[in-house]
Amino acid sequence: MRKTALDCVYKLAKIDERVVFVGSDLGPGVLDKMKTEFPQRFFMEGVSEQYIVGMAAGLAMEGFIPYVNTIATFLTRRCYEQVAVDLCIHDLPVRLIANGGGGVYAPLGPTHLAIEDIAIMRALPNMAVVAPCDADEMNRLMMSTLEWPHPIYIRLGKGGDKIVSEEKNGFELGKLILMRSGTDGMFVTTGVMTQLALETAEVLKIDGVNVGVVHMHTIKPFDAAGVISAIENVKAVVTVEEHIVNGGLGSALLETCSDLRPELLPKIVRVGIPDKFATEYGSQNSLLKHWGITSDTLVGAMMKKLGG
Amino acid sequence: MPMDDRSKLLRRYVIDAMRGGGRGHLGSSMSMIEILRVLYDSVLKYDAKNPESTDRDRFVLSKGHGCLALYAILADKGFLPISELESFCRPTSRLGGHPERGKVPGVEASTGALGHGLPIAVGLALAMRLQKRSSRVFVLTGDGEINEGSNWEAGMAASKHKLSNLTVMVDYNKLQSYGKTSEVLDLEPLVDKFKSFGFVTHEVDGHDVAALEEIFKKLPFSDSAPSAIICHTIKGKGFPFAEGNPEWHHKSGMTETDIQQMYDCL
Repeated sequence: MRKTALDCVYKLAKIDERVVFVGSDLGPGVLDKMKTEFPQRFFMEGVSEQYIVGMAAGLAMEGFIPYVNTIATFLTRRCYEQVAVDLCIHDLPVRLIANGGGGVYAPLGPTHLAIEDIAIMRALPNMAVVAPCDADEMNRLMMSTLEWPHPIYIRLGKGGDKIVSEEKNGFELGKLILMRSGTDGMFVTTGVMTQLALETAEVLKIDGVNVGVVHMHTIKPFDAAGVISAIENVKAVVTVEEHIVNGGLGSALLETCSDLRPELLPKIVRVGIPDKFATEYGSQNSLLKHWGITSDTLVGAMMKKLGG
Repeated sequence: MPMDDRSKLLRRYVIDAMRGGGRGHLGSSMSMIEILRVLYDSVLKYDAKNPESTDRDRFVLSKGHGCLALYAILADKGFLPISELESFCRPTSRLGGHPERGKVPGVEASTGALGHGLPIAVGLALAMRLQKRSSRVFVLTGDGEINEGSNWEAGMAASKHKLSNLTVMVDYNKLQSYGKTSEVLDLEPLVDKFKSFGFVTHEVDGHDVAALEEIFKKLPFSDSAPSAIICHTIKGKGFPFAEGNPEWHHKSGMTETDIQQMYDCL
């Protein structure tokens, strides 16, 4: 997914002279093609996220579209004021490409685990928050970003993820995709958790439970009308996110229903990362298990809500 | 050095605004009056009737709390009506307690949170270079402000990119909010710090108009490095009760007597 995102920056740079790339001491060889062909629009800066966000703002003020890339925690926690003031108050078209959403960097511990990034980015006016489910969707998202006039936070999964998105569904920022329809229950998901939800829906089907999957690649702006339409006629809704349960996708759905359709609230349950920093290392999968985000727990949550 | 009529006039505009808003960063604004005066009278390229003209020089007031001085010079130059100054900080005014891009003609960046101006200015200077424009970028920071590490991140980058079109000015009035910079967080040796970060650096009396004009004429100090000017100033300059007095860093709830006392100094 990350490789696709960066390849897209190169593709975008080829078709639009406004596109610049800003990295913060990334690994060797990153975007070498862009560096070679467009050296003046390739900036590999130091370990200095406060500065690079401000610098990107300055470039955007003059008409450029900066794509800024580094590890998600550094692009959110480290420079939150710069993101808020320089990008969001000025409402500039800077794109933050954040590596390692959720448990991707499991072996590296809690300093590198972006567990609350969606919550804090979503709290900022003017910021869009997007989490594609696979590399194909990342490609569609990235190629649609040139004309969005506001800042965008793009959350990346691990990479090498199974492709579950479909070309025919396209990609429109702020518009959810119904990946699978269902009559009993609905998983509302974002990012790579859509893959887990689709697998789980197949498991439930074996038991005769008809569950759909709504993929909300865009958490902000939130597709309120779309999601309400998708969940209003099912009996149970489980939100699934590789993110802390406070402030993420599940919270956004609860807020939306509380404001617009409070009678839907009782059938919603959230599955996500508990409100604590990770205490284990291992792998992304082992952390997900530790956090209770597995197909088994999704089945359990759904069946409990369905009264099964 | 006694103030001439122009320096007094600009200070009067600041007081007009403070009277309207009943508050303001007096000390922080008065230390930078002459720096802005010389910049806008003799250095910057701009068109007050077309504030967004692409060939303008960019000036970023990083110490946004000094906005009263910026509003005064922008009004003086016709970016906004002088009569608007008295709307300072009122609910629907364009002139807030910190300047905002898009609201106030001539304001390049919304500042107030400290340590943001120089990183943005580096981006602006890079943009000027990419677009092959001759426009220059100036940024004015406070002294307490450069406690923020983001300035030094940006400083290293400005040097790396050899941004000869970028000039940083420090309003070095030696006082920050709590007290003396030498006691809160000593900046010395400040000139050497900027030099070591790759800036060609000079010092000037920040209230000496002729000296400021002279130093600005020498810009860029190098064709392959950013420039820095350490402007030695006096916080609250022109108002004996406020000069060097951290109590006057910011004042609110000002009375007519307070205001009259300030006018009487000019």
